[in-house]
Amino acid sequence: MSIVIAKENKEEKVMMRDVYCRTLMELASKDKNIVVLDADLIKSIGMAPFMKEYPDRTIDCGVQEANMIGVAAGMSATGKIPFAHSFAPFATRRCYDQVFLSAAYAKLNVKIVGSDPGITAAFNGGTHMPLEDMGIMRNIPGITILEPVDSVMLSDIIKQVAYKYGIFYVRLLRKNAIKIYEDGSTFEIGKAVKLREGKDAAIIATGIMAAEALKAADILQEKGISARVVNMFTLKPIDKDMIIECARETGAIVTAENHSIINGLGSAVAEVLGENYPVLLGRVGVKDLFGEVGPEAYLKKRFEMTAEDIVKKVSATVNYLKKE
Amino acid sequence: MISEAKIKEFDILALKIRIETIKEIGNLGFGHLGGAMSVVDTLAVLYSGVMNIDPKNPSWEDRDWLVVSKGHAGPSVYATLALKGYFPMEELMTLNKPGTHLPSHCDRNLTTGIDMTTGSLGHGASTAVGVALGNRLSGKNSTTYLILGDGECQEGQVWEAAMLAAQHKLDNLIAFVDDNKQQLDGYTKDINSLIDVGLKFESFGWHAQRIDGSNTAQIYEAIEKAKEYSGKPSVIVLETVKGKGCSFAEGILDNHQMTASREQTEKALEALEKELGRLIGA
Repeated sequence: MSIVIAKENKEEKVMMRDVYCRTLMELASKDKNIVVLDADLIKSIGMAPFMKEYPDRTIDCGVQEANMIGVAAGMSATGKIPFAHSFAPFATRRCYDQVFLSAAYAKLNVKIVGSDPGITAAFNGGTHMPLEDMGIMRNIPGITILEPVDSVMLSDIIKQVAYKYGIFYVRLLRKNAIKIYEDGSTFEIGKAVKLREGKDAAIIATGIMAAEALKAADILQEKGISARVVNMFTLKPIDKDMIIECARETGAIVTAENHSIINGLGSAVAEVLGENYPVLLGRVGVKDLFGEVGPEAYLKKRFEMTAEDIVKKVSATVNYLKKE
Repeated sequence: MISEAKIKEFDILALKIRIETIKEIGNLGFGHLGGAMSVVDTLAVLYSGVMNIDPKNPSWEDRDWLVVSKGHAGPSVYATLALKGYFPMEELMTLNKPGTHLPSHCDRNLTTGIDMTTGSLGHGASTAVGVALGNRLSGKNSTTYLILGDGECQEGQVWEAAMLAAQHKLDNLIAFVDDNKQQLDGYTKDINSLIDVGLKFESFGWHAQRIDGSNTAQIYEAIEKAKEYSGKPSVIVLETVKGKGCSFAEGILDNHQMTASREQTEKALEALEKELGRLIGA
């Protein structure tokens, strides 16, 4: 683990999907066991270069998510290291039984990649908008759930995931991320990263909400609230020590996720706090609603997921404590 | 042509598997008798030299694989494995008991010799395709065998897997459909008919055969024929009888999961032991 936090949070030039493809090609060039499966979304996820270079190791199942996961499980039983991708709702909800039993219960070695998380599904709309994927996957015993926040983290995480045995769910932003980490940073799965110090409250954020949380911390600073920002990129196993440390040192926690607040990061943090160090918790994310169609910026406002919404939640939480 | 001696060897093993399966389920008092018994003759053929396996080295890399997708046939698969020396015969009496290595449905992590975890119907079709693809990619000269139930073929996943197997010309995959014509709720044709399951596979790009699934010679010859076909996966539809060979299960409707009293078990075993004695003496 060697992390350098980016000084500026600008949109990256490179697309996340291209980094995903490049990383897998790098791994595949050294290891014949790396195989890629997809369900008719090779083009969407930018894996065409992989398919061109390694046609035998690319299994495009067509529109068959359940079968894809089963095939990946079977291939892993013969020693292959399969990365199986679809849009996040179809890589999780659509094939939950296959992930649960054929892969996880059978203790096989399958890497599931779900792209276009939460509101980033934008113009594909409600049917394609996963607001529950991390929640349902979290119930699978032994699974590891990761949401790489930028291309630097993505590349490092994919390399680690390839060589850690077991079932992994990687929630993958397809387009350009906001840069959070400097090039060359490496991460430890299960260890959250403190992006900014702060003493009045801690914002624990994942995915695209990490950049929003950093913006929120700037605004809060002007309002005289010192907010810590933590990037909880591993949802499971969650970094319990970091959550307890934040609770002990700040006394107020706000979670921010591109997901339903039910069963995702907010719930996972609440479980840790409730059992270890109860403090007031606010949750920013989608509130028991289905997704809908529209540009990401509109959806961010629609579902109250902007930096301003985080600011409001943190202020409300801190002010409530002051009244107490 | 297969020799009479070989057929006798298959049939003796089949009888032994039936005896041990009834003992397992009888000892527990209940179990999936119907579907465990109907597939016994195929298991006997597969484990009498057809499958390239080594009981002393169950995870031998170059072995043939068997995915029992109708995972509820576990008890007869366990009887077969024990008889072939994968684990001690005494273990059969632990079926479904606390801490057992022999659960109702097949589990690759619990039972020596089980290649794939199954139980949720349809799953084994996909995992078998994955195994066949993986082994072919590794350059292994191995065959993957898959056992499906007829009721199981109502699952859409079976047909997803069938399509992909044909697309990839998996001639290292041989599937059986244990067509015992019954499922938990009754006769398959009355619930959601498969009409002609072999024809369906054919239309999905497979080579299909339909044989008497209680006739070991026919099973052996069908497998040999399936191996000769290249460029296509192969299916062998087994005309079978649910509960076959178990006097109190065969020919009745509610035999998917059923109770087995001591008296019923003893009577069924007596008949099978007698047949075994006759066959060995013949």
